Amino acid sequence: MRRLLKAIPTMLQVGFAEAVAYRAEMIIWVLATTMPLIMLMVWTAVAEAGPVPSVSGRTWESGSFVAYFLVAFIVRQLISSWAAWEINYEVRQGTLSMRLLRPVHPVLMYLVQNLVYLPLRAVVTAPVVVILLFSPGAAHLEKHWATWLVFAASLAGGWMINFFANIAIGALSFTMESSVKIMDVWIAAFFVFSGYLFPLDLFPPWLREVAAWLPFRYQLGLPVELATGVHSLPEALALLARQWAWAAAFLVGSLSLWRVGVRRFQAYGG
Amino acid sequence: MTRYLRLLGLQVRTSALLAAQYRWDFLVDGVISIFWAATAVVPLFVVYGDASRPGIPGWGFGEALVVTGWFILLQGLLDGAINPGLQAVVEHIRKGTLDFVLLKPADAQFLVSTARFQVWRVFSVANALVILALAFQRIGRAPSPLGVLMALVLLVVATWILYSLWILIVSAAFFVVKVDNLTYLFSSIFDAGRWPSAVFRGALRFVFTFVIPLAVMTTFPAEALLGRLAPRALVGAVLGSLVFAAIARGVWLKSIGRYTSAGG
Repeated sequence: MRRLLKAIPTMLQVGFAEAVAYRAEMIIWVLATTMPLIMLMVWTAVAEAGPVPSVSGRTWESGSFVAYFLVAFIVRQLISSWAAWEINYEVRQGTLSMRLLRPVHPVLMYLVQNLVYLPLRAVVTAPVVVILLFSPGAAHLEKHWATWLVFAASLAGGWMINFFANIAIGALSFTMESSVKIMDVWIAAFFVFSGYLFPLDLFPPWLREVAAWLPFRYQLGLPVELATGVHSLPEALALLARQWAWAAAFLVGSLSLWRVGVRRFQAYGG
Repeated sequence: MTRYLRLLGLQVRTSALLAAQYRWDFLVDGVISIFWAATAVVPLFVVYGDASRPGIPGWGFGEALVVTGWFILLQGLLDGAINPGLQAVVEHIRKGTLDFVLLKPADAQFLVSTARFQVWRVFSVANALVILALAFQRIGRAPSPLGVLMALVLLVVATWILYSLWILIVSAAFFVVKVDNLTYLFSSIFDAGRWPSAVFRGALRFVFTFVIPLAVMTTFPAEALLGRLAPRALVGAVLGSLVFAAIARGVWLKSIGRYTSAGG
């Protein structure tokens, strides 16, 4: 345990150096996730003809869309994870054996590698935060400070669901040739059910019910809803509890998938 | 010329044989393509929702669905014929194996462009045709023969532009080598093409018409099918695509001159 604690600062340092070295790649990644901004255009064009009513009785005008999608963009940057592709690549190339040799759990290494990108991502999203604060969307942000605390906790929860889902799908590549296609399906479902393309509030009621029982909404939709002041505090806490339940389930599930899978690993080539 | 046609036939056959080897992929790709088509259509349902929602100004539900259908068609082309080659070149440049391509006695751009096809992506084309059929059923009339002809011309134009953009991206790989996710970037920018270009305003509208001509690729053909595209726009699109192709070819030749191979 003490050895592990001593290793973590070094891992952070190495990871951060790597993150800075591949900053161009990260910028490309950020540019590739501008979908919420495009959806923002679509919805403001729709709202121009008149506010959009939802089934729950809220009316969405262009200001609320601005707040929603700018926050969605920021949240996506902060929760994103790409471990599934990395694991797939390393399993296929056999380079995973390098990780297995080290006296630290590989999942912890992936975790550190993801976290070190957060400062860089925060720098990239900072201008968007400023734009948000001076945009018509600012009026539609949550006002109560306590809800912002719940928001922070929900960001951590969303990140956990996303990261451990990545590990779980990545670990499937031990048993099948490649789990990249499963990741494709996961992302397609994420797009529809997370509130990434449209606020889930605008879904018909039965689809909203479906989304409430799937993990995707808790990755991205919940933090965004909290920041845009949709939920009262008790409601927010109840939703947070659900989110963390999902996070715990993914944590346990992905670690056991990893343990079962890694036994089947045979390094190929170099 | 006939030599290049023969080469193309050969490359396509290799890809087809390779695809036939992974028959399971046929099923998996089929399911995934239906899934992706659904994700392209669902937002449209949410935007138009029930009758109480105004939708995108100037575009009815059926008309917007035509744009989405055309988008899925092009996405199939992109994923099936254009992206696989891009990934292959990036890999070649990183490993230095592009030397072997350059040594062959045929045009390098031609060879890398036709090196790999994902044959099973024909699924997306089928999906697109179904969506287009549904859209026109919803609108209640069939497209005119002239409209179909114009749309087909624009399909060629769009493929040409997509291909040129692709060559430009590959050229970037000569300068910054670690660009594995360039394809991802390209597809996600292309994603904006699923919406009628009427939703984009100001600078972005300019960018999506002239710099990354998404409007030309999906909105124009949809308008042609709906019978409301001005012939002038068609001529502009054709000329524009020629300019694009010329620029792409120039940049490709310049960057390949800078290629210095890599060890091992």
